[in-house]
Formats: sequence, structure tokens, C-alpha cells
Amino acid sequence: MSVKTLKINGQDIAAEAGKSILQVAKEEGIPIPTLCHLEGVTDVGACRLCLVEIKGINKLLPACVTEIGEGMEVETNTPRLQEYRRMTVELLFAEGNHMCSFCVANNNCELQDAAIEVGMDHTRFDYRFPDRGMDLSHPEFAIDHNRCILCTRCVRVCDEIEGAHVWDVGQRGEQCYIISGLDQPWGEVDACTSCGKCVDACPTGAIFRQGTTTAEKLGDRAKLSFLINAREKQEWTR
Amino acid sequence: MSKIRFATIWLAGCSGCHMSFLDMDEWLIELADQVDVVYSPVGSDLKDYPENVDVCLVEGGVANEDNLELIQQVRDRTKTLISFGDCAVTANIPAMRNMLGGRDPVLKRGYIELGDNSPQLPHEPGIVPELLDQVIPVHQVVPIDIFMPGCPPSADRIKATIEPLLNGKEPAMEGREMLKFG
Repeated sequence: MSVKTLKINGQDIAAEAGKSILQVAKEEGIPIPTLCHLEGVTDVGACRLCLVEIKGINKLLPACVTEIGEGMEVETNTPRLQEYRRMTVELLFAEGNHMCSFCVANNNCELQDAAIEVGMDHTRFDYRFPDRGMDLSHPEFAIDHNRCILCTRCVRVCDEIEGAHVWDVGQRGEQCYIISGLDQPWGEVDACTSCGKCVDACPTGAIFRQGTTTAEKLGDRAKLSFLINAREKQEWTR
Repeated sequence: MSKIRFATIWLAGCSGCHMSFLDMDEWLIELADQVDVVYSPVGSDLKDYPENVDVCLVEGGVANEDNLELIQQVRDRTKTLISFGDCAVTANIPAMRNMLGGRDPVLKRGYIELGDNSPQLPHEPGIVPELLDQVIPVHQVVPIDIFMPGCPPSADRIKATIEPLLNGKEPAMEGREMLKFG
């Protein structure tokens, strides 16, 4: 095993080469806020919440998809990063239609938690109020695109853990949205096994079980890491 | 020292924040000792918003011309303006009409398409305030000093926000207890 030595927030750290800054920070107990990161699936750097500063590099880089390097000096919580993180969360709220008060995920929502974590008391950007629609064609589940933050966790969990690849991302820019199958109604996609992993992976109330009402979506995030662990280490009891 | 001049106003919201305010129960009696309630739908009968108000809680977003006129007057006459609850801070549920695309489609939907006997658009200038094209958060219209999200903010959170102000201090709006939306 080759080892890299680096500094995070001034703290000397030695870690296995090939790991991401996020992984190493986590092991060392250094908190970095995340939204699109989900244990057990590939990181994509979609949400930009885990941006860090690296000495000698002008750009801010996402900790989840940046590998550690020899002699790296990383800062995870400077005033500049705090400001950008808050702005990122404010933009997420302003971009979609997030009315927490009657959302299925109220009190159990990672976007809501992120707002608290970055200290957002209001958003400084004008709300867009897009008309995005929802898909209720699946017999058990539903997707409300108004609450989607395009983290693509559902896409990755369906592809990498369930192996069905029902979900993908359609369009570009502000028109971007999550599609099922070949942009068909979810209920018509034969590949869907109705396993519900996307429901558990979704950080907000965008994907939920039908019949769930306000604040009733509990979301079992641990189920996914249990599954991965079970497959890798053959530990099938929870 | 003269008492703190305290007010609350109710724009486009459900009054739930004011109900939560009343949930402060016996602390309201202490509050009443320390402030003069100079304007409030739940605490005063005055019809005009007075001058020189120290603290005002604003419930609701800005949805019509009446809201717009009142909030501008309130800002001019108030030292510390508190955006009180999710409708004031985010426009929240009342803003769901924004997705229909403006005031005309909203009125048409509500009064013509869903009208029962004699569908007609409401039009009584000076009596029924005209709708704005969009419902917007209060801070999009006037500067806000303190944001208190929540739908509604709990009585404890309202108390924790107002109490420091009575002693000339700023409340610390951070953490789950003070900041959570919804």
C-alpha cells in the first residue's frame, strides 16, 4: 500500500493513496458537508457542497472526487468556503419548489439539514417557481420533480446497486430533470424492479412511496450501506 | 425608560404563526408588562400602523397591493423588522399559485373555471385589493433585520427570538432549534 502524507486544516495526515479528500477527512473526523455523496456508490461532485481549498490551486475542488496527493494542504472550512456553501444551498432552494411545511420528507430531509448546517436563514436569490410536474404512474412510488435537486443519487443507486439503470438525466441546464427509462412514465419502464432503493437514496422528498403524507417519509439510508457491506463481506444480518 | 413599542402584522399567511405566538401562553403576560402592543391582529384594535415602532413581527408573504402598501409603511416606521415564519421568509404555500404563471391564470382558475353559479372575476377597486403577479417573500420588497423560519416557528423559538431584543441584545439565529424551515 502506498501512502500519501498531507495536511487538512493544518493537521498532519497519512492515508492510503487513491482515496478522496472526503474519505480521508471522514476517517479523521473532520466534517465536510455533502448532499450528493452516498456511501457505496460512485461520487460525481454534483452538489458542490464539499468544495475545499487546496494550497497552490486557484479553483475550489470538490472533496468527494479529488484524490489526495503528496504534500497537499487542504482547508475545509474557511470563511470563503462557508459563504459559497451557504450560497449553494440558497440556490438549491431558489431553483426548485421546496415548501418544507407539507413535504413528505419534512424533518427527515438532507436539504433541510444542509440549510441548518450552513446557517441559511433565508435565500438571497429570487425564487424561480418553475412548473416541473410529477410522475405518479408507478403503482407504488412517485417522483415530484419540484423537490428534486439533481444530486443523481437515484441514478447511481439504481445503476450500481440494483443494476437496473431505470434513471438518468435528461436535458441541459435549467431544463435538466431526472428521467425514467427512455423518458417514459415510470410505471411503463419494464426495467424497474420496484426495489425502492431510489426512495431510500433520495435526500429530499422528490422520490417517495405513494400514500406517504407530510413528514411521513422516514427514508432508510442505512439500508443501502448494509446491502453493500453484505455483498462485499457476506454479512447478511442487520 | 419608555416601553418597547411592539407590533405584529399579518400578510399572505394562514395566521398559524400568530396562533403559535399565542401559544407562548403565560409568557405573554410577562411580554405585555415589558412592551406596548401598538398594532397587532391578535393584540390591538388599532387600524392604522403607528409611527416609531421598535419591533414588528411580519407573518406572511406579499401577495396583493394591500400587503405591498402596508409592508412599505411598516418598514418606514419600524426599527427592527422580523420576517416571521416560512411564508414571510420563503413565500411558502401562498406562492404555490406562482407556478400557474401570474395573477390572471390564477383568478381565471379560481373564479371562472371553478366558479359555480355566476362565474365572474372579482373587481372592487378600493375594497378588494388587486393581486400581485407573484407572491414573494417579504425581504424581496423591504430590508429585513431578523429571519425566523418555521411553519410555524414554535412558541419556544418565538420567545427565544423576542426575549433578547427586550434586553437590547440580538438573538442568535443558528442551529436546528432556531433555523429549521417547515
